[in-house]
Amino acid sequence: MKLSKLDLDLLNTIADIKGVPSGALNIRLNGASLIRQSSPNISVGPNADGTGLIVEIKPGTRDETVHVPVVLTQAGLQDKVYNTFIVGEGADATIIAGCGIHNDSHAISRHDGIHEIIVKAGAKLKYLEKHYGEGSDAGKRVLNPTTVITVEAGASAELEMVQIKGVDDTVRSTIAHVHEKGNLKIIERLLTQGEQKAESDIQIVLEGTGGTAQVLSRAVAQGNSFQLFRAALIGKAACLGHVECDAILMDKARIRSIPEIQAENADAVLTHEAAIGKIAGEQLVKLMSLGLTEEEAVNTILEGFLR
Amino acid sequence: MLKLEDICMQVSNDNGENIEILKGLNIKFQKGKVYAVTGPNGGGKTSIAKVIMGIYRHSKGHIYLEDEDISELSVTERARKGIGYAFQQPPRFKGLTIKDILNIASPEADLIYLRKYLRDVGLCPEDYLDRDLGAGLSGGEIKRIEMAQLLLRAPLISIFDEPEAGVDLWTIQKLLGLIVSRYKNNPHKTAVIITHNEKIIPMCDEILVIDGGVITAQGTPKEIWHLIKDEIECKVRDQCQGDVIYEIK
Repeated sequence: MKLSKLDLDLLNTIADIKGVPSGALNIRLNGASLIRQSSPNISVGPNADGTGLIVEIKPGTRDETVHVPVVLTQAGLQDKVYNTFIVGEGADATIIAGCGIHNDSHAISRHDGIHEIIVKAGAKLKYLEKHYGEGSDAGKRVLNPTTVITVEAGASAELEMVQIKGVDDTVRSTIAHVHEKGNLKIIERLLTQGEQKAESDIQIVLEGTGGTAQVLSRAVAQGNSFQLFRAALIGKAACLGHVECDAILMDKARIRSIPEIQAENADAVLTHEAAIGKIAGEQLVKLMSLGLTEEEAVNTILEGFLR
Repeated sequence: MLKLEDICMQVSNDNGENIEILKGLNIKFQKGKVYAVTGPNGGGKTSIAKVIMGIYRHSKGHIYLEDEDISELSVTERARKGIGYAFQQPPRFKGLTIKDILNIASPEADLIYLRKYLRDVGLCPEDYLDRDLGAGLSGGEIKRIEMAQLLLRAPLISIFDEPEAGVDLWTIQKLLGLIVSRYKNNPHKTAVIITHNEKIIPMCDEILVIDGGVITAQGTPKEIWHLIKDEIECKVRDQCQGDVIYEIK
């Protein structure tokens, strides 16, 4: 099977790749693996029950990237995949995931990606996941990612999860366990428009002494859309955690933000802050005083905010 | 040249009553000159700047730029015609970098120029270009970046609103030297500095004292220095029930 121009455009949008990259890779197209390749340090293979992948990054691997994007162009397809990623001890790697849906029909196209990520002791992971939808008809584009991540002792992980646009419905679930001196940073950026709905539920359990976690959420809701953001930090040891949710609300959209911190150890230091508001008038005026139109100023502010 | 003709501006107070902030101002800002606009707090200095930029709407009068009536133009249109304003309290932008805002200020300027103008305002380009314009910068840093934008844009009329606020003495001296050298005797440009700083005033070509929405004194620093002194003394006397607590040597 060949990649069409549409497939390539979607891949470019969600994974910033032009054509098929070298190195470890799995491109999933319409519910099946289209291209799969391993590298000397990263093996990409099917899991035991054939429902997804196991990606294993060898201990000590340095600066390598594995791409696992998903593209749905078949209208009405309900796709579900279970992937496991194991980042070996002391490795330093990047996983580029993401999903792009093109749906021109009346039927619902949906992808549920269930990812388990284990970052072994001393390893370092950067995980990028972009979601994007497009299409000309009323058929909904639905994306429901579930990510369960374990950050072992002394390991660190940064998850950057972005919903670019065009996703009608999403329920995102992220569960993390951070062990001794482990470090986790989650950056989530969501844009909803029209009648779209997005729900994000993040729960981080800081299990070990010296563990740290940070959640940075940026949300923009336009039109009549709705977003619900919940982030819970649970400190079970002497640890540091911070949740920050910033949201820009436009038109008739609604955002509900629920940061939660739960300390089960007297030496757990957990903080949160949340702010929802419209674009500040002074920001608009400032950019207009540099020659931008009001529309250009709004777009500049939103692009920066969601960058 | 920028000309303000019989400019009035009203705002509503908490009781819904209209209060006149600017009362029939007539000002001509000539090319090649650096102007200082000074006077007590609440006198109308920043209001004049914002009326010129189009941020505040005047209730009466006309504003002419190069003989064109720009009274009805938007902020964007005035910016494109050649008016620039460095805000007294510039807003912050999450996610936009200093490089981004400088590129917006002057899209045609290349990286060499961006670096140069950051250095001019006392900021090391290597440390600042990619920094976020959000909460991580101090008030003084934000202020310097604001001035760098206006210096980089170099429009026909550049209005600096209290450039000294939050900026250390050494940097402000350097910046003022820069403004004076760029605008004084420049046949195409005008600089207007809104200031409370008595050290800035002697560096300017002409001083306007604004109080209660009207010009109470205007002239060269030499001509009106004694008036400013009297003005300030008078104000301080009034506010402090007769005790003079401010003295200009």
